[in-house]
Amino acid sequence: MVHLTINNKEVSVPKGTTILEAAKSAGIKIPSICYLPGVHVAGTCRICSVEVVGAKALMASCKTEAKDDMVVYTNTPKVQKARKMLYQLLLSDHSKDCLACNRNQTCELQKMGEELGVDETIFDTNSARQQIDSSPSITRDLSKCILCRRCETACSKIQKVGVLRPQNRGFDTVLAPPMDIPIADADCVYCGQCTVVCPVGALKETDSIATVWDAINDPSKRVVMQVAPAVRVALGEVFGMPAGTRVTGKLAAAMRALGADDIFDTNWAADLTIMEEGTEFLERATRAVQGKKAVLPMITSCSPGWIKYVEHYYPDVTTNLSTCKSPHMMLGAVAKSYYAQKLGIDPKNIFVVSVMPCTAKKFEVTREELENDGNRNVDAVLTTRELGRMIKQAGLDFETLEDEAFDEPLGMSTGAADIFGLTGGVMEAALRTVYAILTGNPLPFENLHVTPIVGLDQVKEATIKLENVLPEYKDFEGMEVRVAVTSGLDGAKQLVEQIKHGKSPYHFIEIMGCPGGCITGGGQPRSEDPKVREKRQAALYTEDEQKTLRMSHENPSIIAFYEEFLGKPGGKLSHDLLHTHYVKRGDWDAVFIDIEQNRKKKTAKSAKAGAANGVQGDTLSQRMNDLDNMQAISLEEENKKLRDEISEIKETVSIYKQVLADYKKGS
Amino acid sequence: MNEAILNTLCEDEKDEKQLEQIANVIDHYKKDPGSLIQILHLSQEICGYLPLKVQKFIAHTMEIPLADVSGVVSFYSFFATRPRGQHIIRVCMGTACYVRGGKKLVEKLEELLGIQLGDTTDDGKFSFEVARCIGACGLAPAIMIDSTVYKQVNPNRLEDILSQY
Repeated sequence: MVHLTINNKEVSVPKGTTILEAAKSAGIKIPSICYLPGVHVAGTCRICSVEVVGAKALMASCKTEAKDDMVVYTNTPKVQKARKMLYQLLLSDHSKDCLACNRNQTCELQKMGEELGVDETIFDTNSARQQIDSSPSITRDLSKCILCRRCETACSKIQKVGVLRPQNRGFDTVLAPPMDIPIADADCVYCGQCTVVCPVGALKETDSIATVWDAINDPSKRVVMQVAPAVRVALGEVFGMPAGTRVTGKLAAAMRALGADDIFDTNWAADLTIMEEGTEFLERATRAVQGKKAVLPMITSCSPGWIKYVEHYYPDVTTNLSTCKSPHMMLGAVAKSYYAQKLGIDPKNIFVVSVMPCTAKKFEVTREELENDGNRNVDAVLTTRELGRMIKQAGLDFETLEDEAFDEPLGMSTGAADIFGLTGGVMEAALRTVYAILTGNPLPFENLHVTPIVGLDQVKEATIKLENVLPEYKDFEGMEVRVAVTSGLDGAKQLVEQIKHGKSPYHFIEIMGCPGGCITGGGQPRSEDPKVREKRQAALYTEDEQKTLRMSHENPSIIAFYEEFLGKPGGKLSHDLLHTHYVKRGDWDAVFIDIEQNRKKKTAKSAKAGAANGVQGDTLSQRMNDLDNMQAISLEEENKKLRDEISEIKETVSIYKQVLADYKKGS
Repeated sequence: MNEAILNTLCEDEKDEKQLEQIANVIDHYKKDPGSLIQILHLSQEICGYLPLKVQKFIAHTMEIPLADVSGVVSFYSFFATRPRGQHIIRVCMGTACYVRGGKKLVEKLEELLGIQLGDTTDDGKFSFEVARCIGACGLAPAIMIDSTVYKQVNPNRLEDILSQY
C-alpha cells in the first residue's frame, strides 16, 4: 500500500494507483475529459492537473502514480487557473455550434465548462479541421474533435482493430483512418465503440431519424418497427432511469405512439434464428461424427461488426460462419414475404425499421446480399440513442407511458431470445434447443444457464457431454460438444487465429463484436455507471427467467410459422429468406499477396545463388548496414557515457569515505 | 480498399522488385515495430516516396495496423506520399532565415516554378518544400537543392541558381 495526502486527507491505495484514482477512492473528484477508467492510455487533455508539493510543474493526475508521502492539492488557485486556461485552449479548436449539435446537453466538454466555472471564451475558434466524413454507420465531424484520443483507445486498445489513429502533426493532427481516407474506404468494421467513448459530437451514428419520420408520415407506407433485446434494458437510461431498468412494455408503447403500424419483436426472430442455426449446427456436426467433411467450428453470425471484421481481416474463415442472417434481417425478410402476403400488400410498401443497440447494423442493411426480390429486408436502423431522441422529439413522456405488448404474429418470444443481447446468450439459447432436441431432456444446468459461459470474461469455454440421446441421433451418444464464447474483437482475434492455424479445439463458437455483447453495443446510451454492463446483463437474465417458455423450439408462434409457411428448418424457403453468404473483402489486394508468396518461393530458391541482386541491392544492404552501425555506435556512446558516470560516482564516493574516515580519526 | 482511392493515391505502379526489396528490409529488421522509422526511410529510398499502397505492403508484412504506419509517415516531414521530382528544393524557414527573408524566396520560387509549396513541377524536375532550419543560420537566408546549400540567397539570384539544374 501507498500512503499519501490529498487535500490534507490521508489516503491509502494499492501500489500503481494513479493520483486521480486515489482521489476518487477518497471521495475527491478531479475533473477530466480524456480519462477512460481501466483502459486509459494518453493523458492528452491535462484538465486533471493537480499540484504535487515539490514537483516543478502541475502534474496530470491521470498519468501520475501515487507515491508514499506525496502531498497533493487538487483545487488550489493555481490549479483552477491552469484548468480554465487548458479548457480555453481545448475550446479554441472546437466548433461552438452547441445549440445545433446532437450532443447538446450530453456533451462532456460542455459539462466541464460549467463545472470549471468558465463564462467566456477568450480565443476565437480557428480549427484547421472542418470536414465531415460520413459512412452508412458512423459520421465523423472533425470540427468538433478535441483530440482527446479516447476513440483511438477504443479502436486500438479495446477492439485491437486500429483504424483510428493520429495522422499528420501539429494543427493538422486528426484522429483518422490511414492517410485521412474516408472511413467508408478504410477497413473499419463499424462496431461504433468510438461513438460511445467520444466526449463530444465528433463521432456519432449516421442519422436515420429523418428517414424514419418520412416513412411514418408517408401514408402509402406500412411501417413495421422491431426492437432488439438489448434495447429494452438500456433505453430507460436516456430518460434518467438507472442502468439496467427494464422498459419492455413502455418501449412497445412508445413505438406505437411514434406512429409505427406494427410493433414486432426481434426476439421472435431470435427464436427463429435458433431453429435455423441449431439445425445448421446439427447438420455440420452430423457430417463430422459420421467422418465426412465438415467445416467446424461453426461461428455465430448475429453481430454485423464481427462479420465485417472477419470479412476484412480473415476472409478465409468466412466459411466457418453460420449462413443465418442476423435476427432482425430475418424478421424483415419475413415481414416482406409471409406478413405481406397475409395483409395482401406489395412488399415494396412495407418499410421495416429496426431499433438496435448497434451502429454496424446500419451498414448491414445496405448489403446487396440481404435483399429478396430486389427489396431490402430492412429499410432503416435506429440506434437506442436515436430512438430516445425520436421519443423526445415526439414529446412523449416516456416514464408515464402505459405498458403495451408486441403485435402478433411476429411478437411472441421465449426467454432464450432475450439473452441474445449479451455475451454467451446466443450460445446458451442454441444449446438449450440443440440439447433438448438430441436428448429430449432440458440442459443439465441450474435454471438452464450454462454457467461456464455466463459473465464478462473475454474468452469463456464449456464442454457439454451428450448422454442418453434419442435413438434417431445415436451417432452423437457420448460426444463432448466443446463451445467457446467471446465478445469484443480482441477476443475474436484470438479464437480466429486458432482456426486459421487449424488448432481450434471447438465445435461451436459465439462471437459478438462489442465487449460484453449487444448490451454495451456501439448504439447504446453512453453511461457513467461503472457497473453498467453487469446491470444490463442482470436485467436481460431477469427478462429470460420470468418467462414460462425458455427454449426457442417451444415458441408456439414459431412452430405455427413453420407449419403454415416455411416447412422445416433449413429447408428451401428458409435458405431463400433466412440465410445469406459473405463477401471476402480482405484488407489486401490479391496482387500483393501473390507477390509475397512469390518472394517466399524465390528466396527459398535463391538462398544458394547468393547476392545476385545487382547494384541497387548492394547499395541497399550497404545502407542497412550503415543504419545498424549507427545504432550500434550510438549505443556504444551511451554505454561509454554511463561507464564514465559510474566511475565518477565511484570516485566521489571514495572521496567521501576518505573524508569520513579522517573525521572519525580526528574525533 | 476502394480501388479508385488507391489509384488516385498511387500515381505510379510500383513494380514487384521494389516490394521485394522492402520485404527484405523488413526481414532484416525482423518485424520489430521499433524499427518502423528505419524501414520507412529505406523504403522511401527504394521507391522514391511512400504511397498508400507501399504503406499497406509494409503494414501487412509487419503485421501492424496500416493507420500506425501512415501515422508515422504523415507525422515526419521527411516522408513523402507523393512522387517527388529529380531535384528537391528546400527553403529554410528556421527563425534566422525567416527573418532574413525566407518567405520572399518561397514566393519567388512559386512564381519561377509555377507550382505551390509542396508540389512537384509537371516535368518532374523539381519538388519544392520548406525545411525547419538546416543549421546554416549564419548564412541566412539559405536554401538547399538536393545536398547543396546556397547561402545568403536573394530572390534575384534564384533564376540563376535554378538554371544550373
